[in-house]
Amino acid sequence: MLQSLAGDAAAYRIFLDELTTHLRSYLRRRLGGLPDEVEDLLQELLLAVHNKRHTYDPKLPLTAWVQAIARYKLVDLLRRRSRGDVLTDPLDEDDQVFAATANDAAEARYDVAKLLRGLPDRQRLPILYVKIEGASVTDTAVRTGMSESAVKVGIHRGLKALAERIRSIG
Amino acid sequence: MKTEDLVSLLSTGADAVDLRLTSRRWLLALAGGALIAFLLTAGLLKLNPALWHEASKPMFWVRESYCAVLGVFGFITVVRLARPGSRLGLAPMGIPVAVIAMSVLAVVTLVAASQNRARMILGDTAGVCPFLIALVAAPLLIALLWVMRSLAPTRLRWAGAASGFAAGSIGALVYTLHCPELAAPFLAIWYLLGMLIPTAIGAWFGPRLLRW
Repeated sequence: MLQSLAGDAAAYRIFLDELTTHLRSYLRRRLGGLPDEVEDLLQELLLAVHNKRHTYDPKLPLTAWVQAIARYKLVDLLRRRSRGDVLTDPLDEDDQVFAATANDAAEARYDVAKLLRGLPDRQRLPILYVKIEGASVTDTAVRTGMSESAVKVGIHRGLKALAERIRSIG
Repeated sequence: MKTEDLVSLLSTGADAVDLRLTSRRWLLALAGGALIAFLLTAGLLKLNPALWHEASKPMFWVRESYCAVLGVFGFITVVRLARPGSRLGLAPMGIPVAVIAMSVLAVVTLVAASQNRARMILGDTAGVCPFLIALVAAPLLIALLWVMRSLAPTRLRWAGAASGFAAGSIGALVYTLHCPELAAPFLAIWYLLGMLIPTAIGAWFGPRLLRW
């Protein structure tokens, strides 16, 4: 995590992969009755960890930080659901068994790529070029005619906006 | 989208994060909020003309320290509530300790006084004091909530309330530049009320403004 915060993308990827595994099993345990929600919330959590990574204090244990974010998002989700559509939950218990074994599915019900299309260009293009196509910030700045800092701000704001949208869907 | 695609999206081109940014934002919020609070006090309320004269009295410094100590404990609590998973520690406990100390001083003062007890409690400005403190604290509350929004509080109502209390006590400290009251009973009641107004406002706004 410390390497990631210093800008080491490879280390960050390893960190996020491990985090994904841990969070998925955590959420499966906690969301036993709502298997459909696991992958959705997992992605929401990963975005939250990414968007809030500046709030991590290297002096404190990483697990406590992740744990607090996960718990917050979990409670947030349960509260949203208890307010809204408890009655529309699938009631057949069989779902659970299949969901738990379907490791390869690992797909959320909302489509981040589709949500991305709803963002304004100044956020969408930087995310598309830098984060999906893997172009450098400098190249993206040339391609879009934006300044480099505008590209970085666009990515930052765009990912925050995505998290907002996912939250309002969920 | 598959979760592994999201992971690769997030990690691709992830740049370095400046961890000092958070402390810089807090300092900016404090400095900016306090400056506007001062301008409100000096411009709208006028500074107390007897300020220099009163600065020689011990009670003047008791009042300043009371507000400052509450402000420090409140602000430490705010900073901690803004980080997921950080322990609050003993700082929040400093607040009731200071409040109790001032209440004890107030009772002792009242008991020791032979007359004019009502005046010690009400002073000249009891009716407006809490509201003026809340007014002076408003820019600080807005600034603190603004920074809090960019961070990641997980206990939203507490985060809002603590922001309100920190704003209230720092606002009260600025307000002392206008306020002519020095009696402990007055401070124990009306100053505390003044700090609790932004606390309540913050607690109400917390869950509404700070969700992420």
